Formats: sequence, structure tokens, C-alpha cells
Amino acid sequence: MKGKEVFFQGNEACAEGALYAGCRFFGGYPITPSTEIAEILSNRLPKIGGAFIQMEDEIAAMASIIGASLVGKKSLTATSGPGMSLKLENLGFACITEVPCVIVNVMRGGPSTGLPTGPGQSDVMQAKWGTHGDHPAVVLAPASVQEIFNETVRAFNLAERLRTPVILLTDEIIGHMREKIVIPEEGVLEIWDRSRPDCSPEEFLPYDTSKGIVPPMADFGSGYRHHVTGLNHDASGFPTNKPSLVQPEEERLMAKVTENLDIIEKYEHLKKDGAKVGIVAYGSSARSAKAAIKQAEEEGIPVDFVRPITLWPYPTEPTLEMAGKVDVIIVPEMNLGQMIDEVQRCILGKARVIGVNRVDGDPITPENILEKIREVV
Amino acid sequence: MAFNYDKYMRPGKLPHIWCPGCAHGIVMKSIIRALDRVGLDKDRTVIVSGIGCASRMPGYVDFNTLHTTHGRSLAFATGVKMADPSLNVICVAGDGDSLAIGGNHFIHACRRNIDITMIVFNNNIYGMTGGQFSPTTPHGKLASTTPYGNPDYAFDVAELSMGAGATYVSRGTVYHAIPLERQIADGITHKGFSVIDALCTCPTTYGRRNKLGSPIDMILWFKDNTVGLKAAQKLSPEELEGKILTGVFRNDIKPEYCEEYQKIIEMAQGAVAGG
Ligand SMILES: Cc1ncc(C[n+]2csc(CCOP(=O)(O)OP(=O)(O)O)c2C)c(N)n1
Ligand code: SF4
Ligand SMILES: [Mg+2]
Repeated sequence: MKGKEVFFQGNEACAEGALYAGCRFFGGYPITPSTEIAEILSNRLPKIGGAFIQMEDEIAAMASIIGASLVGKKSLTATSGPGMSLKLENLGFACITEVPCVIVNVMRGGPSTGLPTGPGQSDVMQAKWGTHGDHPAVVLAPASVQEIFNETVRAFNLAERLRTPVILLTDEIIGHMREKIVIPEEGVLEIWDRSRPDCSPEEFLPYDTSKGIVPPMADFGSGYRHHVTGLNHDASGFPTNKPSLVQPEEERLMAKVTENLDIIEKYEHLKKDGAKVGIVAYGSSARSAKAAIKQAEEEGIPVDFVRPITLWPYPTEPTLEMAGKVDVIIVPEMNLGQMIDEVQRCILGKARVIGVNRVDGDPITPENILEKIREVV
Repeated sequence: MAFNYDKYMRPGKLPHIWCPGCAHGIVMKSIIRALDRVGLDKDRTVIVSGIGCASRMPGYVDFNTLHTTHGRSLAFATGVKMADPSLNVICVAGDGDSLAIGGNHFIHACRRNIDITMIVFNNNIYGMTGGQFSPTTPHGKLASTTPYGNPDYAFDVAELSMGAGATYVSRGTVYHAIPLERQIADGITHKGFSVIDALCTCPTTYGRRNKLGSPIDMILWFKDNTVGLKAAQKLSPEELEGKILTGVFRNDIKPEYCEEYQKIIEMAQGAVAGG
């Protein structure tokens, strides 16, 4: 990749990726271990004519980025568990009103205030199900500093293309870890923008799906006056409770994701000859899994590996394929068993699934996983 | 000549959801006349609301309109305004919406002095959910959740706004619709955060329970129980007992938030140019 080599922290890479993607508005509220993203953008955004605001809480921060996106600005907020919980109601608002925006959750440990400075992966189900009501979820889970940069760019791209909020889930380990990465030159990575209406303001319908499942979006202030509401609405944007209109609109929100898997799904699938053990891991736990797989190989134990980079929608296909080959699938995660349920769901009973779980504030080590590998073979 | 509201109403959106006798419509009409008086460009104006009977107002008027989540209008509006400070941004909200669940956003918008006009449709009750007490329900009054009388004491919206730093603060009533219109217009033209405490009525869930008479009686009550700030200066404390003060409480000039942020942009860009 053509670009500039830098030695960056994960949170720095996230801020830089956002700017690369065209982010021009950040609304936030300080919380460890995400705060560096806000600090960096408070410095950088005004330099390029963008805006940074520290709101009074995370509810307001989430609201502010939706407001800014409605004016046409690519918008970001960043937080961790307690703040994510506060953002959820307005996250659902962005889903139903189809306002593109990106939410970063640098996961830490524990429920409530938990372990503020320790890593965790306990918000992976919250990311999918956290806001009430049926809603689409697009959630990306990078595992390295370079990947944080690239996936932040992709998060903005997907948000714009699908008109939906996208969540980037990192954790305290990769958020604070430093690695050498390449910041690509402008133009190396593709940047997508939302489609805007090409009809006249008089003809404009804010949820017009005649040209595709994702309706073009008009900026507030651009002459296309329209109404935006979190109530179920029809193509004109005004509230409706007509059953014949409500159900198809809710189904369309979900279909925006299921019909665009080609651009959303992303995973790593490593196959070894004769593997009878497989691992599914994501985020920083996937790093330990990879190290464990290498050591196991040295001990003569081949291990298959699936790493969802897009965590939601979950990559069913490679997991099912792996389950058809191996006897046991190990799912290491820094929670007491969350994605393991999803792995179970998609493998149709074809393999035994066991977890390696830690919530003590220390990372899952390669040794933790290796022990489990040895145990099962 | 009678004022032509049609120019500002979205065709086909009436009848509204409000009960017969609800005074929210009077506040809406005052806002429309104020917008006309100021001559705002519809395309460059965004009207934001939260949730409640009052918050359904933006759906009826022909502007860029945003009906958000309960209590959050100012937080959404702050994003809109910061993203494009040249837009005119107006918030409409109920007393519960703006001062209970939205109270934190309210005081911080006041403190920032961001150029947004907040019109509180203050009917002293949670109308939409059927008459639970709100932060402006007077002490002792009945609500569906204060069957023994309200143990809480009410906020004075004007005092709260001034204490928090709003630079234009006024109170009007739906009986005094013309002064209310003028206050809203002044609030909009004011550079900074403006709060208009628009006293209105909910005959359905508040008036009936507290035996306040007909919807018209409730509106007439404002005539006898409010005193303009100027008139109040000539009255004794005894004469003012139990009276609600109306008028413009504050109209100050103070640096506005987006203008301050523009200075930051210039500073940051200067730093770039200077290396
Ligand atoms: C988060 C959330 N909590 C509660 C509600 C229920 N709710 C809807 S409107 C409302 C109160 C509205 O009262 P007010 O703001 O005074 O407006 P009014 O209806 O009196 O005009 C409440 C509690 C909600 N919609 N969302
Ligand atoms: S419930 Fe009260 S506030 Fe709501 S529309 Fe009826 S009268 Fe108006
Ligand atoms: Mg009310």
C-alpha cells in the first residue's frame, strides 16, 4: 500500500481513518479507553474546517452526530461500555431514520463501571441487539492497528452506502497498543458517499425506494425540505401506523443488510490439512488465537481458524464449512460466552463448541488457548 | 387582513393530533407568525422537537423538520447547528420533554449560548402519556401520578434559563398571543441561546383533573393571574402574591458558541499555516 509509515496507537489509527474517510464532525463525551479519539479529533477537525464538540453526555453526543449527518456531514462518536449503553436509544433513531454515522466502542471489562482500564469483549451482543426494536446491525471488529485504520474507513463507507449507523468494536488492548502501520495516500482506499437525490425538491420523497433498497438522502438546508421522525413512517417520511406500510418498511431496513452481504461481510479463514480442531476468534483475542495456532502447529497439531472482521452480520458460511471438517471448535473471548452462541447457531450441530473465557481484566493468552487445544486433541 | 397560515403549513397534514381545546395550536400559530415576521428562508430553517404532544408540531409546518427522541431535541439541534452555523435552528418541546428527561441538554445549551431558539410549550403536565406530573406542575396539584397532590416543587423556567446562561429569556402565554409572537420573533433574531417559556394549557389531562373549568376558562386564567414585568414594578409584594411574571427577563449580548468555534477553526488553521 502506497502511503506514509507511522507508529500509531489503535485509537490514533481510528481518528486518522475517520479523517481519511471524510469525517467532518465528532460529538463525544470522555471515557476510558476511548478518549484519545476525541482528543485527537478536537485538534485535527478544526484544521480542516470540521467541527468537534464535547457534549454533556453520551446521549447528547449520539444525538449530535445524527443532527450533523442530517446536514450532510460524515459524523463520528467514540465511547466505551457505559457510554455505549447511553447511546442506544438514539442509535435506534439513526436506524429507523436511516441516518449514516459511525459509533466506536473501545470495549472495557465488566458490567456497569466494571474495569475501566481493563480490556473486555462483553459488548458484542449489545452491539447487535442493544437498541430496542428490530433493527439492522452492521458491526466491525478489527484486530490490529492497521486494521483499525482500514475498518474505520470501511465503517464510514458502509454507513454512507447503506444509510445506517455502523459500529466499530475495538477493545482496550488494540485501542492502546502501538504498531507500525501505513497511512495510505489519498485515493488508495475507495471512499463512498451517500447518494443524494437527482429529482427536483418538489418530487422528492425521503424514503423513495423506486431506484433501489437504499433511498437517496437530501441534506437539511439544501432545498429538499422534508420531515424526519423516529415514528414508523411511509415513503414521504411522515408517521404512519398502517400495517401494510409498517411491516415492509421494517423488513426493508433489515434487507439493506442481508441484500448487501457482498460489501458487508469480511473475514479471515485459514485452513490446515487434517485439522480436527478449529478456532473462531475476533478482535484482540484473535491475536492470541493466531499465536496459539502457530505453537500448536509446531507441536504437530493443525488448527483451522475463522476470524470475523465484520462481526455482525456474522459470517455463517466459513464457520459452517469449518464445522463440517473439525470435531471441536474453540471460541476464545473476553466475556463469559457471547459469540459462542452465534457459532453454535450456525454450525447445525456439526461440531462440539467450547469456550475459553476471561473477564478478569487480563487478556486471553496464547497459552490459555493452547491448553484448550491440547486438552481436546 | 387575516394572516395566511397556509403559506407555512404542509398541505394535507391536518387535522392535527391535538385534542379539541388544546392550546398547543395557539403556540404553533404564534411561532408561524413569528417566522413570517422575521422572514426566515424555509429552506434554511430547521425545526427540531422531542417527543410529546407539543413535539408533534414540526410535522405540520413546511420547513426542514426533525422529530427526535424524548428530551433530546436540543442535542440533535446542536449537531445540526454546529454542522452548518448558517442554518436557523428552532426547537419546540413540552415542559416534560425539555426540563425533565431533557433537563441536562437544556442547561448545557443555555450555558453554551449556542444560537438556537427553544420554545417550551409549558402546559404543566405530561399530556401525551395521560397526565403525569412534570417539572412545572405546581406543588399540590393533581396528576395521574400525584393522586394525593404533587409533593414536588416546580421549576421556574425563566430563572432556570438565566441561571444556566441563556442570553434571551422571556415568558408569554396563549392568552397574550401577540406578545408571545413578538417574543418568539425576538428570540429567533437574537444571536445566542433563547428560551421562550410559552405558558399553555392541557384541558384533557390537567384541567379536568384539577377542575380548572373549560378550555377557554383555562386560557382566561392567564389574563387574571399573570403580570407583565413592567407593570409588576409598580405593584407591592402583596399584590404580586400568586401572580406569574411575563415579558422579557433577559436580552443580553454574549459571545455565541458557533462564532467562538469559528475562532478556533481560524486559530487551528493559522497554526497549520504557521507550521
Ligand atoms: C425515553 C422515553 N421515555 C418516556 C416516553 C414516554 N413519553 C412520551 S411523551 C412524554 C411526556 C410528554 O410531556 P411534555 O413534554 O410535557 O409534552 P406534552 O405532551 O405535554 O405536550 C413521555 C413521558 C418516551 N417516549 N420516551
Ligand atoms: S393531551 Fe393535552 S397537551 Fe396533548 S393534545 Fe390533548 S390537550 Fe393537548
Ligand atoms: Mg407538557
